[in-house]
Amino acid sequence: MNEIELLNWARGPGLTYATIFMVFGLTLRVIEILAMGRDKELAEVRASGVANGWRMILKRSIPEPRNWKYITAAYIWHIGLLIVVFFFIPHTQLFRDVFGWWFGGVPSFIIDFFTVLSIAALLYTLVQRFTDPARRILSRMSDYLAWLVTFLPFVTGYMAFHRLGTDYTLMLALHILSVELLMVALPISKLSHAVTFFMARYYTGSSFGRRGIQA
Amino acid sequence: MTSEKPVLADELQRRGISRRSFLKFCSSIASAMAMSPAMASEMAEKLAYTRRQSVIWLSFQECTGCTESITRAHKPSLESLIFDFVSLDYHHTLQAASGDAAEHAREMAMHDNGGEYLLIVDGSIPLKDGGVYSTIAGITNLEMLKQVAADAAAIVSVGTCAAYGGLPRADPNPTGAVAVSDIISDKPIINIPGCPPMPVVMTGVLAHVLTFGIPELDSLGRPKAFFGDSIHDRCYRRPFYDRGQFAKSFDDEGARKGWCLYELGCKGPTTHNACATLKWNNGTSFPIQSGHGCIGCSEPDFWDAGGFYKALSTGADNPGQWAGNAMLAGVAGGAAAAYLNRGKKKQASDAVEPVTIDDMRGK
Amino acid sequence: MTTSFEQGINTLKKVIDAPIASYFSSCTSCGLCAQGCVFYTEIGDARYTPIHRLEPMRRIWEQEYTVLGRLKKLVGLSKAVTQQELQDHVELVFESCTTCGRCSMMCPVGNDIVYMIRKMREGMTAAGLAPKELKVAATKTLEKGSVMGFPMDTLEAMVRAAEKETGIKINIDEPNVDYLLLLSSAEVMQFNEIIGALAQIFEQAGVTWTLSSTAHEAGNPGMHMGASDIEAEMINRIVAAAEELNIKRVISPECGHAYMAIRWEGPNVIGRPYPFKVYHIIEVLDRLRAEGRLKTTGCEDERLTFHDPCQAARRGGVNEPQRNLLNMVTCNFVEMKDTQACNWCCGGGGGVSSIESTEPLRKKIFHRKRRQIEELDVTTVVTMCATCRNTLEEGIEDNGMEVEVLGLTEVVANHLLKEKEA
Repeated sequence: MNEIELLNWARGPGLTYATIFMVFGLTLRVIEILAMGRDKELAEVRASGVANGWRMILKRSIPEPRNWKYITAAYIWHIGLLIVVFFFIPHTQLFRDVFGWWFGGVPSFIIDFFTVLSIAALLYTLVQRFTDPARRILSRMSDYLAWLVTFLPFVTGYMAFHRLGTDYTLMLALHILSVELLMVALPISKLSHAVTFFMARYYTGSSFGRRGIQA
Repeated sequence: MTSEKPVLADELQRRGISRRSFLKFCSSIASAMAMSPAMASEMAEKLAYTRRQSVIWLSFQECTGCTESITRAHKPSLESLIFDFVSLDYHHTLQAASGDAAEHAREMAMHDNGGEYLLIVDGSIPLKDGGVYSTIAGITNLEMLKQVAADAAAIVSVGTCAAYGGLPRADPNPTGAVAVSDIISDKPIINIPGCPPMPVVMTGVLAHVLTFGIPELDSLGRPKAFFGDSIHDRCYRRPFYDRGQFAKSFDDEGARKGWCLYELGCKGPTTHNACATLKWNNGTSFPIQSGHGCIGCSEPDFWDAGGFYKALSTGADNPGQWAGNAMLAGVAGGAAAAYLNRGKKKQASDAVEPVTIDDMRGK
Repeated sequence: MTTSFEQGINTLKKVIDAPIASYFSSCTSCGLCAQGCVFYTEIGDARYTPIHRLEPMRRIWEQEYTVLGRLKKLVGLSKAVTQQELQDHVELVFESCTTCGRCSMMCPVGNDIVYMIRKMREGMTAAGLAPKELKVAATKTLEKGSVMGFPMDTLEAMVRAAEKETGIKINIDEPNVDYLLLLSSAEVMQFNEIIGALAQIFEQAGVTWTLSSTAHEAGNPGMHMGASDIEAEMINRIVAAAEELNIKRVISPECGHAYMAIRWEGPNVIGRPYPFKVYHIIEVLDRLRAEGRLKTTGCEDERLTFHDPCQAARRGGVNEPQRNLLNMVTCNFVEMKDTQACNWCCGGGGGVSSIESTEPLRKKIFHRKRRQIEELDVTTVVTMCATCRNTLEEGIEDNGMEVEVLGLTEVVANHLLKEKEA
């Protein structure tokens, strides 16, 4: 298979299969979680948990200043991810094509800046995974693979845009394939947190709201 | 009948072509292929003492666009090539003979120049149903290609059809069309893709083959001199791409300002050809300059690359079309998983007995 | 049941619910929970990372309740939870965790980690791995009616003594009064001046109340073990007494875990809502203050601060009442730097202080409270939990600090406007 065939496959069947698997897998995971059920609250609540449940979804995104050493890198690359994925013009074309509408893009030099920043931040989080005792004891192979699967799209995207590495067609194919790998990994790894964190924050928020717990 | 053939120098002299014209011809080829000026005289030396090259041109499943294109060549002109340097012994469109006489001429050329003739092919070769979808004088393209290729010195696949299958090969490929290189593997093959290929590229490569032999080829068999860069790498609108200024529709403000055509489907970044530098119509213009995105015609499978007006970054097959069904399948799968989960949980719950004070006293 | 490894595993399977499934699904192994844990930050043992304590439960969730986990199990790629592993986790789930819940405050994806610890204790106890001191305490509570094992006679004697000292009649088993008061063993044995103090406060406020001879213990070792059945038995005693005496309000005393047990876990473990309301004593006092029924004079003027008991404040939602009361009866109150929901555990709760072997750990983590107190340069720490009080006093003594520990009710009572002075 030559580069252009690989690219056409990645853009064509590859992307379709990855999308199908990702949507299927995440839907299954959400229902699988809901199926476990939640006992009814029989104690007299201070407030209905619903409002605080929703509020918690937003509130926990606010960084905890006490932990700045541990969270800064993660915030940088998560924000970088959002900007690069959703506002780089070639990406906006893809979303517009799939959803019918998307936001406008931002100039590519801004995307470039955030990509480099995100790559650096991701590398730092890997270092932290080795040096922070808490992170180290928790890390399994799946954590390192999840890191790799997140790292590759940034690097291949950067290389493709800047015509580094190998022939552009092949680099672009690799970039798209790396994104497909990420999509496939999403439902079957901790990366599912991208969707399930809504549920986790809601459950905790609603329980806290019922008991009048702050934060 | 094999006889001592005259060398080119003699032929040219006989025809009254001056040495000056001859050198001019060699310089123009050298510069078109970015060779050094010194190469021009070397080329002249070599050419002078070669024999006139026999060329057999086979046209298979094609539209004749490649021939149309090459007849627009301006330097070196096809005219000069044919009349002065090659013996075009067989070509459907350009030959005078027809029918049996034409086939006989082909067989003669093959016999007289065994092992030395150049085979040029345009058009794809259909394989389905025994190859009946394209035949010449009752012989399938597949059979004719094998026959003629057997004793050829080298093969040049002109046009994307011959090089990679081209339009006939596009989904669903009803004739089972394939490229020359899918059939012949024991001869050197040069691919000159394009739909059609650029005139100057065709003539330039042929001229190089005549003088210096086969040029340096890339991984897809294309001469690097003409196919080494992508359109994007040489496009004059590149600064707009880099700054993120894109035309959003044909004839909008951005389009009129000559902004990048990425969003309108330009495949420049993944297309290798010389359009952006050598340009078409005697160096006049090329598609992007005229306001239309590159369709990627010198790349394999460009017809199936998702659409000429869909950006390179979009899915070629509309990836979201199955998302709804995937979600339904996920719901079904989730329901099944939920059923199993609840069953297991209930089983565990039923097996659990209450903790009592005896357990406190026990261990 | 007869506790066994199998019962433990089945119990762990039973307690996993949708919140827990969403928590394990969302955990990214970021380790921030460790930064919230007093044991991890003071001792530095990586095993004290809160979510790590739950590893056996996580694997059970993965292997039993996820498609991928079940597939991995089928092809033999998963590691089953073993008896040894549960044994190893006794230290992590019972001895180095006070269920203070500070970890749940730190998790970026919103996991309520201490909620899972509570559930894991359920499985550990079913596996027969509950610490023996907790089992002993539970047995005493069920057999004798109090966590420390003293009989009702002992309490009654104290009540009589308080009556004598204050000149106020204190009811036992009196029906149809405003409040049923519960007491924790620690208060009864060590800080029993609270009985007289409350008598005076309630007398002034015009509140009628009683103790119950069959349900005077607020403490709940069942909850500490995570044994919901045992916990329910203890709660049901209180419910029966309140129902029999026809009392609509039950007071949980100055104790952290008692509040959690009776106020929040109780109805859920007995399986039905209460026909009465439950309040922390400080919530009651604050309400009296708000209604103008609490008359005080003067204020503590030395520089003091407040220690929030984890189960009542951070986990129980009682944060404002104590501060309202402090503003009333103290005039030099300074907050700890990390305060309210982010205050640090003293190290005594969750059953930890009952377990002998935890003493070295408790000594080490007390340095966090020590630093919190020292950086404020105070001479007094007020709190509203008897176990916290004990733990603070112990730690203060160990470190040679010149700090006094007071109970908030005691402080309020000391500033009650006496009838004669009015």
